[in-house]
Amino acid sequence: MAKVVVTAEWFGAGQGRRWAAAGAMLILSLSLLKGVAAASRTVTTPLPTLQETGLYDDFGSLQIDPSHLAFAPQYPLWSDGAVKRRWISLPPGTTIDAADPDAWVFPVGTRFWKEFSFSGRRVETRYLERRSDGQWLYAAYAWSADGREAHLVGPRGKRGAYQLANGRSHTIPGIGDCKACHLGDRVEVLGFSALQLSPDRDPGALHAEPRPEPGIDLRYLVDKGLLVGLPQAMLETPLRIVAKSPTERTALGYMHGNCGHCHNEQGSLQNIGLFLRQNAGAIGQSALATTIGYPVRKPAPGQSPDAVLRIDPRHPKRSGLMQRVSSRYPALQMPPLGTELVDIEAVSLLYRWISEHGEPREEVHLKQKGR
Amino acid sequence: MRHALPLLLKIALLVSGTASAQDNADSALVKRGEYLVTVGGCHDCHTPWTMGSSGPEPDMTRALSGHPQDIAIKVAPTVPAPWGGAVSQTNTAWSGPWGVSFTANLTPDPETGVLRDFTEQQFIQTMRTGRHQGQGRQILPPMPWPNYGRMTDEDLKAVFVYLRQVPPVKNKVPDPIPPTQ
Repeated sequence: MAKVVVTAEWFGAGQGRRWAAAGAMLILSLSLLKGVAAASRTVTTPLPTLQETGLYDDFGSLQIDPSHLAFAPQYPLWSDGAVKRRWISLPPGTTIDAADPDAWVFPVGTRFWKEFSFSGRRVETRYLERRSDGQWLYAAYAWSADGREAHLVGPRGKRGAYQLANGRSHTIPGIGDCKACHLGDRVEVLGFSALQLSPDRDPGALHAEPRPEPGIDLRYLVDKGLLVGLPQAMLETPLRIVAKSPTERTALGYMHGNCGHCHNEQGSLQNIGLFLRQNAGAIGQSALATTIGYPVRKPAPGQSPDAVLRIDPRHPKRSGLMQRVSSRYPALQMPPLGTELVDIEAVSLLYRWISEHGEPREEVHLKQKGR
Repeated sequence: MRHALPLLLKIALLVSGTASAQDNADSALVKRGEYLVTVGGCHDCHTPWTMGSSGPEPDMTRALSGHPQDIAIKVAPTVPAPWGGAVSQTNTAWSGPWGVSFTANLTPDPETGVLRDFTEQQFIQTMRTGRHQGQGRQILPPMPWPNYGRMTDEDLKAVFVYLRQVPPVKNKVPDPIPPTQ
């Protein structure tokens, strides 16, 4: 726009001014058209290479742009042992609105990257960008075997991206599968939230990576002016899951990070009545209320007939939840996508938690009957 | 009172007119759903076939009730190369590299209908993603959800509304059989 103004003044009065005005209009129109073209490209089409998304300052040396912020959620999603790195980028001068602590609002232009590596080899990098229409753009980039290029994966994903154990292989998800999880709640961004970034981190959390520099947490984001509206109480008393024991805290945290994005009170599966996401207002409560002694509503194919409760206290083997987490038979397994291998550490954690959990089955039944 | 009576009459006519318009809209949606289910070939797999006088034909007394629970299939058939799969005489059990899948009971039976816990949105998402209730386990072949996933929301709503009002059939479809390693 500055260029337009200068041009108009330089032409002076009279005829020149009219031509200048016409020229200015032409330049302005072209600028607008260029803007529209750029915006529409962003809106509808993921960029063909990871390099073009702006993650790297220097792609040749894989130097990350230092303006992006690396972070690590305290309860990460299990992805068959993949080592992950994550970054967020906010447009200059913008902020995240945390007035609703369970549904942060990210500014247009926010970008997220998540890199997946197995055995030291980069396999894929997933990308989210908030578009000008408020929708999120989803993309996944597959790395070449030599780690020098990363190209856009088609909308149906890519099977066999990396060979895992037991004849299984890592699948880069298609757009439909990405959205199956990311559209399961009010916010499409997962892993960047009040509990996940709480300074009061769970020392027992499974698969948690150490916080990368500069140590992003709620305090950091607020101090830097990147997060606004966060209730003061959450800074004074950082969020942590209320639990009877460290094991329970970690178990509930694991389910929050691995199950809660679909199983929550707000999303499209709310009618199932299984609420594993930890809400800032009642942290720890609904996950217990909808699992311990809670009847299985519809047994999944392959579930044993004696698993009549989601969690049968002291009886992990006949707990429906346990059977589903321990399985990778496609019709039974939980989570139903994004993983090919059972998370052995999680199975062990949940087994221990259920074994230690108080009420035996008979007492639960009596409670349900109101006696 | 002289003015009140015509007013009440108008309100009554208005309410009745609104209800009638709603009934017509629902009826149109059901008809649309019936049409789509018919031309979309849903009966081909979800209604058990039986041998009629002119050959195999769908048994409409069990319309859309999926693989019959009384036809037990325990193992996948072995087929010689180059064949890749097999189908039962009822057209409701399908064998292939994915194992054996049994077509679902789409009727609104409260105990055995697969859609009994589905919301309309979940049904639409299921067709879009190929996953149970839109987010769960994968729907097995040969269900052509990638085709139906291209239908408009309005068409998928019509299909759902239609399926929710067909006669319920109590029929517990067996679990799928995983592929042999």
